[in-house]
Amino acid sequence: MLDYVKLLILGLVAVLAAIAASYARDMIYMIHMILVMVTAAGLFLWQLRRTDEPVPAAVLEAEYMDGPVRVGVALTAFWGVVGFLVGVFIAFQLAFPELNFEWAQGYLNFGRLRPLHTSAVIFAFGGTGLLASSFYVVQRTSAARLWGGGLAWFVLWGYQFFILLAATAYVLGGSTGREYAEPEWYIDLWLTVVWVAYLLLFVGTLLKRKEPHIYVANWFYLSFIVTVAMLHVVNNLAVPVSIWGSRSVSLMSGVQDAMTQWWYGHNAVGFFLTAGFLGMMYYFIPKQAERPVYSYKLSIIHFWALIFLYIWAGPHHLHYTALPDWASTLGMVFSVVLWMPSWGGMINGLMTLSGAWDKLRTDPILRMMVTSVAFYGMSTFEGPMMSIRAVNSLSHYTDWTIGHVHSGALGWNGMITFGMLYYLVPKLWGKERLYSLRMVSWHYWLATIGIVLYAASMWVTGIMEGLMWREVDAQGFLVNSFADTVAAKFPMYVVRGLGGTMFLGGALIMSYNLWMTVRKGTAKADSTVAAPAE
Amino acid sequence: MEDTYTIMRVFAGSWGLVFMFLVFVVVILFTLRPGSRKVHQDTANIPFRHDDKPARAPLPGAQDAHLTEARQ
Repeated sequence: MLDYVKLLILGLVAVLAAIAASYARDMIYMIHMILVMVTAAGLFLWQLRRTDEPVPAAVLEAEYMDGPVRVGVALTAFWGVVGFLVGVFIAFQLAFPELNFEWAQGYLNFGRLRPLHTSAVIFAFGGTGLLASSFYVVQRTSAARLWGGGLAWFVLWGYQFFILLAATAYVLGGSTGREYAEPEWYIDLWLTVVWVAYLLLFVGTLLKRKEPHIYVANWFYLSFIVTVAMLHVVNNLAVPVSIWGSRSVSLMSGVQDAMTQWWYGHNAVGFFLTAGFLGMMYYFIPKQAERPVYSYKLSIIHFWALIFLYIWAGPHHLHYTALPDWASTLGMVFSVVLWMPSWGGMINGLMTLSGAWDKLRTDPILRMMVTSVAFYGMSTFEGPMMSIRAVNSLSHYTDWTIGHVHSGALGWNGMITFGMLYYLVPKLWGKERLYSLRMVSWHYWLATIGIVLYAASMWVTGIMEGLMWREVDAQGFLVNSFADTVAAKFPMYVVRGLGGTMFLGGALIMSYNLWMTVRKGTAKADSTVAAPAE
Repeated sequence: MEDTYTIMRVFAGSWGLVFMFLVFVVVILFTLRPGSRKVHQDTANIPFRHDDKPARAPLPGAQDAHLTEARQ
């Protein structure tokens, strides 16, 4: 019965997409509708061939569903390399503007590639990593198979389709211009569908758990899913110009719109890049260190403090704007208070190693995870400091902000995801160990030195830029023109590009290492994983 | 009659704030309640069980078995 419903839906989608493509008012919309049509038609055929086939006897309740995790892990590594590559390229575009090739204007210039880079690393690399790891963690800590049959496949591939639509739109110029939420209205609607399915999948699995309690990692994952749903829907409230076109107009305007965007923007950091990845931290660090988290009470307090505080911090992005002073002060105060739970969480992660610090000498994966937690601590100190109005008057609109974001994103999100990948790949493919630990060490040092080069060069250029902008002479005239600051930043931009190149190099080494682990690694002797047919 | 903005703003800055703060304090106190240590120790050890296969069925008394294990 369900098979017929699926066929009906896929057939309808394909036909509607064909109609929409023929009515399309702009190129992006037409390309996307053709993509939807081809995908839906392909899935229709695929579904048709499976319909009324005998269903495999038991629904495999005795096994975990690791198929989507395996695909997700591979895609995470792939998107990581793509996202870092685009990042390195646009970093060099800033240093050497000739790289904005004349023949590729309007497609591959900085303005088009920048949202491609941010979305590729945050949503494709980070998001796919969060999906895959949450599928893995929720099963292991609930002692239950994923709920909803093939729903996990829908969530994973549906999310990839969202990435495909968003990425093609950016390059072709389809953007709402809302930072970290650039996709147009119909892509947003699709993500909403996928996200609700993700929520159902996650809660469904939690509800059928065999453990009496919900492990703290799942709390973080769940808060990430719920809050991102809320943020996404409110921030993207918009009226399409036409249902046959890709353009839309935001429902809010003026300072309300700005506040909504940064309420979204900062909580994307807080709940996507922090809460979600803390879920990873609270599972994979204890597993890799082979000891339970230092203080479970502290982890719960970490959770609630983060949830209660983060949501108010957004206005610190709008100091000295039309936003009322009380609102930006509120954002500033909550950001500073947020320092405490963040460091509580960092200490909890680091102290999980107490009594096992010696493992850092021999285990480069653990070293990677610990470094990520250290970067979490560093960027959650830097952030509150930058949110203080007086500091912000110097740092805002400068490269310091970019440096701050990258010490968090490369250091904390990147490194914990690499650690997660190194932990999961041998497990998921039933291998004894990774192909090469030396390569992990190489990756570790390339990534760490790369981040240090990146962050240090951005501190220097950011503070320099901020000071140059505010410098006035005895008569009260500004001393420097904008172009003066651009010229002065050149050496730091080159160093930043080199740091990014090292980080990318590390990710390439990781991809090779993981690939070889899957292809050549010795199978585990008592391999219980042995990939069940799914 | 005051405008909606002012009404919301005043409410959020007074009763709303007090309510959120109280909920937060209660949550923290509940976490620190006496006798929670045993539960927390057991929960903290969840990642080290069921690594390869889901639990068969909700075994009667399974929870107690974990607790005994955690106490040791």
